[in-house]
Amino acid sequence: MIKIGVLGLQGAVREHIDSIQASGAEGIIIKKKEQLEEIDGLVLPGGESTTMRRLIDKYDFFDALVAFGKQGKPIFGTCAGLILLAGEVVGQEKAHLQLMDMKVERNAFGRQKESFEAELPIKGVAEDFNAVFIRAPFIREVGEDVEVLAVYNEAIVAARQGHFLCSAFHPELTDDHRMAAYFVTMVEESMKELAS
Amino acid sequence: MSNLGTDRVKRGMAEMQKGGVIMDVVNAEQAKLAEEAGAVAVMALERVPSDIRAAGGVARMADPTIVEEVMNAVSIPVMAKARIGHIVEARVLEAMGVDYIDESEVLTPADEVFHINKSDYTVPFVCGCRDLGEATRRIGEGASMLRTKGEPGTGNIVEAVRHMREVQSQIRKLIGMSDDEVMTFAKELGAPYNVLLEIKEKGRLPVVNFAAGGVATPADAALMMQLGADGVFVGSGIFKSDNPEKYARAIVEATTHYQDYEMIGKISKGLGTAMKGIEIGTLAPENRMQERGW
Repeated sequence: MIKIGVLGLQGAVREHIDSIQASGAEGIIIKKKEQLEEIDGLVLPGGESTTMRRLIDKYDFFDALVAFGKQGKPIFGTCAGLILLAGEVVGQEKAHLQLMDMKVERNAFGRQKESFEAELPIKGVAEDFNAVFIRAPFIREVGEDVEVLAVYNEAIVAARQGHFLCSAFHPELTDDHRMAAYFVTMVEESMKELAS
Repeated sequence: MSNLGTDRVKRGMAEMQKGGVIMDVVNAEQAKLAEEAGAVAVMALERVPSDIRAAGGVARMADPTIVEEVMNAVSIPVMAKARIGHIVEARVLEAMGVDYIDESEVLTPADEVFHINKSDYTVPFVCGCRDLGEATRRIGEGASMLRTKGEPGTGNIVEAVRHMREVQSQIRKLIGMSDDEVMTFAKELGAPYNVLLEIKEKGRLPVVNFAAGGVATPADAALMMQLGADGVFVGSGIFKSDNPEKYARAIVEATTHYQDYEMIGKISKGLGTAMKGIEIGTLAPENRMQERGW
């Protein structure tokens, strides 16, 4: 069975695990970097990106996560996870993992009272996906290798670059598991590629 | 096309805080220290609970200047407290753009009968609870997040432990019940029947439940996580300790790795003195904040 980890330092971990299991893969909570060796794909969940980054540094996760991505294993970042993947973060001198060629802005839709739900088409995933945005970031610019998957009010809110996937919203907070299933398929494909 | 302030958006915000520590702060400098230490949110206050306790008199919503100062200082979410039943303090905080409101027993209640009807607001609320009845009443009014009441400002974990154990044990009891027993349980607890049914079906509370009221050390935080808390509020425990920065970092780590005892031992070394605590038995009943609200 495909094993997909969810970085379990902070945030909505259980919801992603449920979503992965509902999509037919095994979900594993990753708290130590050694566990990365057991898994075929990884989810960086929503939470507070500054908190997660501090804990990533504290537990020496940083290089291991970059290496995980560079060896061709898929990573899916939601909300804070999207920020961790970005090559550039508006207003920050240094971004985090810098695995995706894109510039993102934190809390770009405003504070909590501006948080919202909206129905969106997501390319290759769904025509009518109920997307939940919570103090969400959005993607300002993408490099040419990045495919835009969803746009809301002219802001890019989901994208894919090869084996990296990200969304500004929280697919794990609804019972619609199509986005998780899409990621599971990405992991399946990468396993075939890595094996050949 | 888009819907603001839905249950999913309000409860979801609290889901993102799970496994994290929310710290009380009284100015921008403390807020930055908290963010730097890895707090998932800060609670902007005029005084931390132990100082409120010491000062006596009527404790009210913080001066908006302080809340604004904190909001401008950090990028993590900012919470603030309104008095129980004080509809206008809550509306003011909402208008200011605070990310979460704590309808809190730490402040002097404005209404001894009614809590705020939190479903009316776009901003989410967190409320304290001592048992499943209180927890479900607050959910019924629209709270999107719960926390134990504990006994604020005492640095004594015993009440938070009591409240967390009580809620967990009553949830287990509810899950084991047959459907025809639930209405009687609702009557005993003074709980909304529909909320109990939802909990029974889900096997857990429909909102996150943090620990609060008496957390003073990394081991206290880990203890509460082990008892089933989704995260931890630390009020006076950090900025009333000898070394706030060290304490803040250590409590964040202990919350993440609450079952890694070797690590908790390591980070607890040389932290300096924790806040001076208060034995609950020495508090006169009228001085117990947990008795405020119902």
